This record gives sequence, C-alpha cells and structure tokens, in this order.
Amino acid sequence: MLPDSGSSFAASFAQALLDPARSTPASVIGPNGKAAGRRYDVYRNNVTVSLIDALAAVYPAVQRITGTEYFRAMARFHVRSNPPTSPLLFEYGRGFPEFIEAYEHAQDMPWLADVARIERAWLDCYHARDAAPLSPVPLASIAPDRLAEVVFTPHPAMRIVRSPFAAVTIFAANRDGAPSARIDASIAEDALITRPDVEVVVRHLPPGGAVFALSLASGQPLGEAASAALEAAADFDIATNIAGLIAAGAFTSHALGDAR
Amino acid sequence: MSAKHAVTSLVLAGAVSTALATLAAAGPLTKAEADAAVAAKKEKCFGVALKGQNDCAAGPGTTCQGTSTVDYQGNAWKFVQGGTCTSIDLPGGKKGSLKPV
Amino acid sequence: MSTVIKPTPAAKPLRFATPIGGVAGTSFKPEHLPAILEAGPRRGFFEVHAENYMGDGGPPHRALEAIRRDHPLSLHGVCMSIGGPRPLDKAHLARFRGLLARYQPALVSEHLAWSTHETSFFNDLLPLPYTEATLACVCDHIDQVQEAIRRPLLLENPSTYVAFRESSMRETEFIRAIAERTGCGLLLDVNNVFVSANNQGYSALDYLADFPLSLVQEIHLAGHAAQADDEGDLLLIDSHDGPVADAVWKLYEIVIRRRGAVPTLIEWDSNIPDWPVLRAEAAAAQAILDRHQSAAPKGERHAA
Repeated sequence: MLPDSGSSFAASFAQALLDPARSTPASVIGPNGKAAGRRYDVYRNNVTVSLIDALAAVYPAVQRITGTEYFRAMARFHVRSNPPTSPLLFEYGRGFPEFIEAYEHAQDMPWLADVARIERAWLDCYHARDAAPLSPVPLASIAPDRLAEVVFTPHPAMRIVRSPFAAVTIFAANRDGAPSARIDASIAEDALITRPDVEVVVRHLPPGGAVFALSLASGQPLGEAASAALEAAADFDIATNIAGLIAAGAFTSHALGDAR
Repeated sequence: MSAKHAVTSLVLAGAVSTALATLAAAGPLTKAEADAAVAAKKEKCFGVALKGQNDCAAGPGTTCQGTSTVDYQGNAWKFVQGGTCTSIDLPGGKKGSLKPV
Repeated sequence: MSTVIKPTPAAKPLRFATPIGGVAGTSFKPEHLPAILEAGPRRGFFEVHAENYMGDGGPPHRALEAIRRDHPLSLHGVCMSIGGPRPLDKAHLARFRGLLARYQPALVSEHLAWSTHETSFFNDLLPLPYTEATLACVCDHIDQVQEAIRRPLLLENPSTYVAFRESSMRETEFIRAIAERTGCGLLLDVNNVFVSANNQGYSALDYLADFPLSLVQEIHLAGHAAQADDEGDLLLIDSHDGPVADAVWKLYEIVIRRRGAVPTLIEWDSNIPDWPVLRAEAAAAQAILDRHQSAAPKGERHAA
C-alpha cells in the first residue's frame, strides 16, 4: 500500500535512537548543510531520559535503595534492551524485576527484585478496574455446614507478592519517606496489595495468609483454602485471615461453590 | 488436601462468626481510626496497612515535550550503590553494600 | 497526602457544548487537584494527555471526573504515531475512542509526529520527512482516526531539531495539504513554531504568514530551553519546563490579532510549579484573548 521510500525513514531513524554507538542516520541533516549530530542526539536523549524517568516513577523505592545514579545506570541498560512495547507508560517495566535479579551489580541485594515486584503490583493495583469490595453481611446467612463450599471472586485490584526476604518491610521503609532503622532482610514476607477505595494499601500477610488468599483467588472453596493455609503454617488463624482479607477489599463477591 | 489439615465445619463456622464480629466492630471506623487500631494491635492483627505513595502523582506519565536534562550516553556507568541499601542486612548472606563480607 | 474525591454519579449530563470560545486553559496536573477543587469552577479549560487515562480505573479517573464535572476538557493524544509509516494501533485507537465517549471533551488533538516503530514505543514525538509519500500516509491515518471518533481531529505542528534530505515540501505546505485532504482542524503550537524556526533557520513570522490560520481551533503556549548544536549555535529544546518566553508571547498576540480569539493552552510538563503560577500564565493568555474577543472568527460565535 505504501511505497517503500515512505517507510524507510522511520526504520533508519529508530535504529540509532537507543544506541549511542551508532552514527547519526544519513537521512537527517541540519539547516543549510549543517551537521545533525547533536541535533539527532536531542531525540536520543529525550527517548532515553524519558524512559529512565518512567522506570523511576514506577520504582521509586528501588531508586531510593540503590541511590539515583546507580538506579539510572541500571535503568539505562534495561531501557536499551527492553524498550516499551505499549504506548501506555504505566504498563512499562514489567520485565524490570527479572532484569534486576540477573543484573550483575545487584547480586548483593537479592531482595531488590522482590521490592520491585511489590512496586509493579502497586501500580497495577492503582490502575485496575473499579469495583465495590465484598460486603461481609450476607456471609452470616450461609448455613454453617455449607461454609466450606463458599468461593470468592477476587477484586480486580488485588495483588499478592511472596518473597523469601523482608521485601515488604524494605518496600515500606523506602516508599513512604520515613527514616528507616536497620532491616534484617532474611525474614520471609508476603505482601497483599489492595485498593478498597481510592488509595492503594500494602499489607504484610501473616504466615499462611498468602497461601490462603491465593487459593481463594484461584477459586478454591473456603474449606480447601483454609486446609492449604494450615498446611503451610501450623499457626494459621482462619478468623483473622478471613476478616483481614475482607477488610482489605480483596474480594468483590462470594457464592456457594456448587452454584458456579 | 491432606486429611491432617482438614478443617471441620465447626471450626470454620466459629472462624467465620469471629471474623464477622471483628468486621462489624471495625465497620464504622474512619480510615485514620482503622489505621490506628491496626497499628495498636499490629502483633496480633492481619498485617499492618502500609501506605504506598502519594496517590495523586503515582506512576509515569506520557511526554509531549523534549527534556533539557542530558543523560543518554553510555560511558558513565555508576555501579556503586548510594541509597539506603547499606541499612539492609542479610545475615548469613552478603551485606547490602560493596564492603567485603 | 490523600485527597478525598467522591465518585461522580454515572449519567450526569455534561454541560459544556463545543466550541468553548476564546478562553485560556492549562495542562491538568494531578498534584494541582486539591487547589483546583478548593478554588471552585473557573473560566477556562483543562487539557490532559489521553494515554495517562487509558487505565481501567482507579484514582486517575476519579481525578479526571472531578475536573470534568465543572470544566470543559481537551483530550490531547501523544502516542497515536500518526506520522509514522506503520498502520495505526487498532487497540490504541479503540481506547482513544472510548475515552472520548466517556469524557466528551470539547477539544481533541494529536501530533504530526511518530513514536512507535515495529514493536518499540519511544515516548518522544519524532520527526518525519515532508514528501508526497508521507503526506499520503499521514492523511490515511487521520482519516482512520476521524472515522473512529466521528469528529474532526486537531493536528498539532511539531517542534523539530533536524530536517530530512528527502523532504520536498515546506512544513506549512504539508500541514495545509493534510487539512485540505482530511478536513481536520489545526492546533497551532506557537512555541513549537518559535523553536522550529530557530532550529531550522527560517523566520517564525514567515511560517505564520504561510500557515492556514483560519483552520486553527486551538493554540498551545509553553516554555523552552536553550542548548547548542554541533557548531555551537543556539538549539532550542521544547522542554515545557518554565514560563512562556517573551518572544513567544509576541508571536501569540500577532496570531490572535489575525485569527481572533481561540482556546489557548498553557503547557507546563516538567518542573511543574504551584497551581497559582500556572493559573497566572493562563491569566496572561486570557488578557490577550480578551483584547481580541470581538474579532472572534466565524463559526466560533454562531455555532453552539
């Protein structure tokens, strides 16, 4: 449909945008025969800086932990190897936690990727579809011998991130601006991220809580989810976790399993 | 599920009724009151609610302008961490800093 | 901080018909929301980048609903890549149309630029050569957008830092031809004219004399920054990070004198100041508009 000559400009212009080692595309010039090197570099700079800025906006705690210069150097590698594929910038950086995990200069911060996972989940929660959280009142009318069959629909904004490190504590200490005491990173922590109304709230789940919430979110009935949670953590408290998940707005509705 | 951890309907009924009582008691609380209540009982409670970031300026926005900050070249790598990572310890593992362990 | 924003009742009638006339507006920045709501409805309008409101829900939509309740809205697309050779992203076009249906903006605009190639999105407004081939492609893309949204699009002139060897038309010629072929309206960014004229070595006044001003339905004003090119000559960057330059204000008044009062936006996207500073820039534009309200062009006063 289009003549080839009409489409070549973008290919050659795009090729060098994320690669400062490449020369300025031959097709671009300055006025009156002037060189276009620094002129083309304005575009290179705009692309790189704006995409690094985008990662910094998605991952502010990671940036605070590593320091700005370190973060920008790490982000620059990621931007060049994984530019966005969607024009929606709030979707960008899904591969960044995995990139951090493999980044050779971050190997002494093995918890950093999980902090990034919490931040990515935070932004997904922020933009997720609006839905009214489950009202607990109708639960009271279910016959006790049918409670094990109850299934829940997860709220579209609910996310869970599990970590073998203290990722929730590290996230919280570096995201809200509060000065942080020394943190022992070796304690495993799971995060529940919800948006019951306007604000995103991150909670640190008690032992067994993540297994319980993930089981329910995947459609397992209450009885089976509670069993799985007890298997994961012998001190798992069913009442606290049911109340906690409902209060956090983790679900939108419930039903009896056989009614599905 | 293993029979070892099977939850009886009696246990479940008790747990649900406790949960509903907890929720009913907490129902009319404002956000601040709920936060305070959570903070007060943080050991027993379901987990401390942690605020993330100012909701009004969250996440990246698109751009329709150029930037006057120059930062695109590839020869100025900074590999030395300069943030809060030095306050994060990993007993039995490496420290969150470049100091030799 | 947390601002309490009440959700808008669903089917509230939107009370601003287009066109909105010669009023000055500002970019809407979420950090200004508390100050804007506290001050109450004001004359003017707010412009947002469409892409920032293409999420499914959450605080961005609450904020935009709150703004839209009392003010006309301008929806400014940044990423449609109309100037690129690739087919438009159908999913993106559908999101754009959906946002228009939801917020019924008074103004709808996009850029003469491209930002996506193959699968990569570059998040910058990249330039294109002005040739018969690229003209045909841009017109085809605008036809598709206007077909989808069922209303004319306003196309914005770019700020540029380079030119292409293969260009065979002046930018004004190119834009005039697009408007003639597609029936689109134009968004004249006066700062972009100033920046491009400096960077490309032509006269901003000549550019404006050659620009189809009668098709301009919106004007953008913004601040720029100064750098240098390879020869050390002044290279202006369209940085939107400060007040509008005096020279741009002068050009703006010339445009308004010729064109009559049209909606005018102050863009400020980096180093964003407190709300009163931005509001004062809009007030300065409004003062110029008000001096020329009687010269409002045909169609501005009679429609609606």
